[in-house]
Amino acid sequence: MANHSEHAGHAEHVVSGGLYWLIWAVLIIGTILTAWIATVDLGIFNTVVALLIATCKASIVVLFFMHVKYTSEKMTKAILISAVFWLFLLLFLSLADYSTRYAG
Amino acid sequence: MSDRAGVGETPLATEHEARPELRHHFADVVQQRNAASLGMWVFLATEIMFFGGMFCGYLIYRRAYFNEFAAGSRSLNLWAGTINTAVLICSSLTVAMSVRASQLGKRKQLIGLLLATLFFGVVFLGIKGYEWHDEYVHHHVPTFYFNAQDLIHDNPNLRLDPQPTKIFYSLYFALTGVHAAHMLVGIGIFTVILFMAWKGKFTPEYHTPVEIAGLYWHFVDIVWIYLFPLLYLIDRRPGA
Repeated sequence: MANHSEHAGHAEHVVSGGLYWLIWAVLIIGTILTAWIATVDLGIFNTVVALLIATCKASIVVLFFMHVKYTSEKMTKAILISAVFWLFLLLFLSLADYSTRYAG
Repeated sequence: MSDRAGVGETPLATEHEARPELRHHFADVVQQRNAASLGMWVFLATEIMFFGGMFCGYLIYRRAYFNEFAAGSRSLNLWAGTINTAVLICSSLTVAMSVRASQLGKRKQLIGLLLATLFFGVVFLGIKGYEWHDEYVHHHVPTFYFNAQDLIHDNPNLRLDPQPTKIFYSLYFALTGVHAAHMLVGIGIFTVILFMAWKGKFTPEYHTPVEIAGLYWHFVDIVWIYLFPLLYLIDRRPGA
């Protein structure tokens, strides 16, 4: 363990500045796109598209800016996935309850 | 026996001696760095739960009072919201670049990027404050002086009950307020990081505080990435 990390560990992954600028450009384009597409009538899909764009933006922030793509610590991904899972549990079960409450 | 133990301990002991920032309870700097970053991720998981509760309340009420939420959403300043989203994305770029500068040991670049981050953070709060003032002037703050008659006037196509619009504004001010509080904390943290960078505390071997603070800042950015469409873009379709 100590041996392994002594040789492998000290060199952290350094992301190139160009990639960071590319991510920035994608995020800005996503922001403009979501603001514009909200004014186009897509019916119920307006909300779906808005949340889809937001999730894409959040994902690339997590993967690249927050280094989840490059981390050597596997527990980071476990914690991230479980946090998102719990959030979905909270939202999904609550909304399932409220949207069927007066159905019968 | 004691000889063997001595041989085994030598590399660790020298690493601890060579690196004063390496705490004695960690085997090496990589383990220390990973542990610190993992701790921040656990904290961020609790933050997801914290904001998740309010998002859940928002979704339930939005479903129940969609027209009122749509009218309230349209009364928000779309330009200010879009520009603020872009400002936060710029600040996330400068944070990511400042982590990179600290990894490469570029002190001057690091200080410049940290100053830019603080600048973007303050600009965000300034624009947010301008919006809040605007909403205060229009009596949209849910207090005794709350008045949503202008929403009925502005949205002749929607059948509006003025009272539930208060729920939209309550959630709007709670969510943006808590987010702004996180921004204030972030600005405080980055002021400390800036001071540490100015003192020359960070090296390519040790820059964990920059990285940990960066994780927090990016998280606050992600919260806004969701708040922007959920609050500002509920129903902006023309004629709807």
